[in-house]
Amino acid sequence: MSDWPLFEVFIRSRSGLEHKHVGSLHAADARMAIEHARDVYTRRQEGVSIWVMRSADIVASDPEEADALFEPARDKVYRHPTFYAIPDEVKNL
Amino acid sequence: MYTQALDTHGKEAPPAALGEAGSLAGRFQARVDADEKIEPKDWMPEAYRQTLIRQISQHAHSEIVGMLPEGNWITRAPSLKRKAVLIAKVQDEGGHGMYLYSAAETLGISREELIAQLLSGAAKYSSIFNYPTLTWADVGAIGWLVDGAAIMNQIPICRCSYGPYARAMVRICKEESFHQRQGFEIMLRLAQGSREQRAMAQDALDRWWWPSIMMFGPSDADSKHTAQSMRWKIKRFSNDELRQKFIDITVPQAHFLGLTLPDNELRWDEAAQHYEIGPIDWEEFHAVLKGNGPCNRERLEARRAAHEAGQWVREAAAAHAAKAAARAHGRDQGDRA
Repeated sequence: MSDWPLFEVFIRSRSGLEHKHVGSLHAADARMAIEHARDVYTRRQEGVSIWVMRSADIVASDPEEADALFEPARDKVYRHPTFYAIPDEVKNL
Repeated sequence: MYTQALDTHGKEAPPAALGEAGSLAGRFQARVDADEKIEPKDWMPEAYRQTLIRQISQHAHSEIVGMLPEGNWITRAPSLKRKAVLIAKVQDEGGHGMYLYSAAETLGISREELIAQLLSGAAKYSSIFNYPTLTWADVGAIGWLVDGAAIMNQIPICRCSYGPYARAMVRICKEESFHQRQGFEIMLRLAQGSREQRAMAQDALDRWWWPSIMMFGPSDADSKHTAQSMRWKIKRFSNDELRQKFIDITVPQAHFLGLTLPDNELRWDEAAQHYEIGPIDWEEFHAVLKGNGPCNRERLEARRAAHEAGQWVREAAAAHAAKAAARAHGRDQGDRA
């Protein structure tokens, strides 16, 4: 028998924070994936909420194309506040 | 727990590729040199991939087999507290195995293949788990010495160049610290106990000391993969360096317990500021790795039996999932009609 499908696990560590990827596991279905995620990734109360999704459903950018993909933002330093020279005397800006 | 440098057992790395692959290799090494992490979809040399698959899977198998010697004492733990602690520890080892199998799978090998390699005996796991746990004191000695040695090995791997392995190791190291402390506490209680209890602690130390020292793998002179693994930042310290660190911190702990280390030649070298130990019995180490330790056969049989006994559960869960999916699909169709 071949492996159960692979799921990616995301945990919200406490309310108010985002779910964060913590790892992956195999499970027969989503419900089992949640139960396994509880046992594998939250043995020390690391979370208040779990998301799981099939790894096969993730679409990822290609690391080989990262340069081209992120190039448009590279020459736009004016998007950062430190780009603007403001005299020291001016306060609260 | 429980990585072990088993690096005498791999294939030789193939010669460096030329041409286009050569420049890829150059860029790869430059990223490693710059302390960048390598991620699953990044280009990597085939030998790097194979080395990691071997090391991470050996490490995963060690966690899984490592549940057996301690699991042996769950039903006979001396108090409810000790029993709860031991269950939690063994459960952690299972969890560590899961983190590591997942990390190995990101390199393109399936869980099924990994398990098959363990069960067929093709894969190695740490030599330490082929020793028996004869008394309750062994549970203390394992936590103190075996987990102690494992932590020493594992902390540098938190900075390994391969992202998924490094991240798994950070999680493992965080959980590992209680393992060592609960073990030392068991030893301490025995060492402060009756004459029989002290003798039990001493006996456990006598049997576990040398196997723990061997957990760091062959000496640097015989460790042929160390240099390449260091260049790739899979390994940060040599086997002998880590072994020495372990000895230097552990000997005073044994003295604190009032126990005697089973090594007549052990001495403090004032000039070097290190403990010197007597010769290691490498024949024993290689015999255990080759499958001739006291419990090799028993350990693999236990894993095979567990795998076979779980077969119907895996099949039933898969059948249930397929049925539920078909029902959900049927409902969808109904909605649409």
